[in-house]
Amino acid sequence: MNIMNLIQALPGSIAQGLIWGIMAIGVYITYKLLDYADLTVDGSIGTGGAVAVVLMLAGVNPYIALLCAALAGAVAGLVTGLFHTAFGIPPILSGILTQLGLYSVNMRIMGASNKAINVNQYDLILSLRDIPNAILISVIFVIATIAILYWFFGTEVGRAIRATGNNENMSRAQGINTNIMKVFGLVLSNALVGLAGGLYAQYQGNADVNMGRGAIVIGLAAVIIGGVLFGKIFHNFALRMCSVVFGAILYFVVIAVVLWLGLETTDLKLISALIVALFLAAPYLKGKRAIRRARKGA
Amino acid sequence: MLELREIYKTFNPNTINEKRALNGLNLKLEEGDFVTVIGGNGAGKSTMLNAIAGAWPLDSGQVIIDGQDVTRLADYKRAAYLGRVFQDPMMGTAADMEIEENLAAAYRRGTRRTLRWGIRAKEREEYRNLLRTLDLGLEDRLRSKVGLLSGGQRQALTLLMATLKKPKVLLLDEHTAALDPKTAAKVLEISDRIISENHLTALMITHNMKDAITYGNRLIMMNNGQIILDIRGEAKQKLTVDDLLHQFSLASGSEFANDRALLS
Repeated sequence: MNIMNLIQALPGSIAQGLIWGIMAIGVYITYKLLDYADLTVDGSIGTGGAVAVVLMLAGVNPYIALLCAALAGAVAGLVTGLFHTAFGIPPILSGILTQLGLYSVNMRIMGASNKAINVNQYDLILSLRDIPNAILISVIFVIATIAILYWFFGTEVGRAIRATGNNENMSRAQGINTNIMKVFGLVLSNALVGLAGGLYAQYQGNADVNMGRGAIVIGLAAVIIGGVLFGKIFHNFALRMCSVVFGAILYFVVIAVVLWLGLETTDLKLISALIVALFLAAPYLKGKRAIRRARKGA
Repeated sequence: MLELREIYKTFNPNTINEKRALNGLNLKLEEGDFVTVIGGNGAGKSTMLNAIAGAWPLDSGQVIIDGQDVTRLADYKRAAYLGRVFQDPMMGTAADMEIEENLAAAYRRGTRRTLRWGIRAKEREEYRNLLRTLDLGLEDRLRSKVGLLSGGQRQALTLLMATLKKPKVLLLDEHTAALDPKTAAKVLEISDRIISENHLTALMITHNMKDAITYGNRLIMMNNGQIILDIRGEAKQKLTVDDLLHQFSLASGSEFANDRALLS
């Protein structure tokens, strides 16, 4: 329990938090803006990782490989969107179906359950071997992502997507094709998740078919922690997205602390689930307590 | 301007809850008609507006707006011709978006949404002037979230949104029913002003018989998915609530069954 071990682990947590922050912004788009709990991400983050690693192993430029990772994620989002809008499958089930199918797709892309890429042999954009550089690169990606999304959600189409998530009835009455907007939102969200998958695979030096297991919970944790901690002070849309990234960083810091306290890596899923359950329950319980107090007062 | 031809609609067909909501409905509105719609519970008033707006496919019949058959057009496409205000003040506006964003969404009804910035500076000026006419102090709150507004303010805003782009037909579905009497009167007054200033063609459902008589140039009464009474012009101006109740029992062979209508 040497405190130095924890301090040494923190830069890595920050780098991980930044990369997963991009993924969490994707979750923010579906969960908060579209009001759509999209479980595709558990599969599409792995797809992004698989595509990026396989392309780079074939000698493709790492930036082009990342672009392809984002496009692969976008296609996954498109499939979920069509399951829901064209075939009427409920939102959560649409995501689960795509996520399940993507497991096979990711295996096909990689030809194995794990594909390593060595930073000494390939020109990776970032790696955990050089954490300060990894932090710098992911900060640049985070800022670029937030800047582009800030612009996009201010355009006519972007506002129509937000209106769709906020009030579908109003949106249709104002001539917005809400089905197309949902598909747009899912495509955009999963493109970001694919991009994050491509970055994360480079960071850890491999793509793994299981890398996305529970990703949605990490994404939700980031969105919810960010919202609870900064929701009252950050109103601007760009700052809201920043708070999601802060939420992701904080999540990985908490994980580092938990590991430092002596828990196993395999315990992390349970801890993640508990953290998210706790933050989801907090506003509900607070509301109930307020009602009880009001009753007592009356 | 609007024509409904032989419209039939049955909900939950072949089940124990089967309900024939529209039963060969015919209606023709002339340009500039302001029609008030009354009728008992389950008479088909809201169903008629939903049929016009395209909420679901009809069993049979046609909806024609301004000479164009829109029967098979999806609701969001028909929205180009229609302005709608709903009974529930929450339904017509996006609560987490700003007042100006809601207006900007309405401003783009019927046009293709692109990657241009969602609000232009000159629109803001127009919105401010329009909001000023409501006299609710909203002109200085363009950037406020709509969720912060009262029910009456939200309905007035929805009304502005419905008429910002002049609709071929304005559909008002008991849009003052959820408001307190004073606010309801004010929103009704605003509706009447906007309709007459812009020479709009409008259908307004109301449960208040007095309002139905006071406003508009034409009154229709519905029962069992049909129009059983259609009074316009001078005859409408001379109407009283007692006349209406009497006419209803003559036309339908039963008592008028809407407690709210009788109490208000």
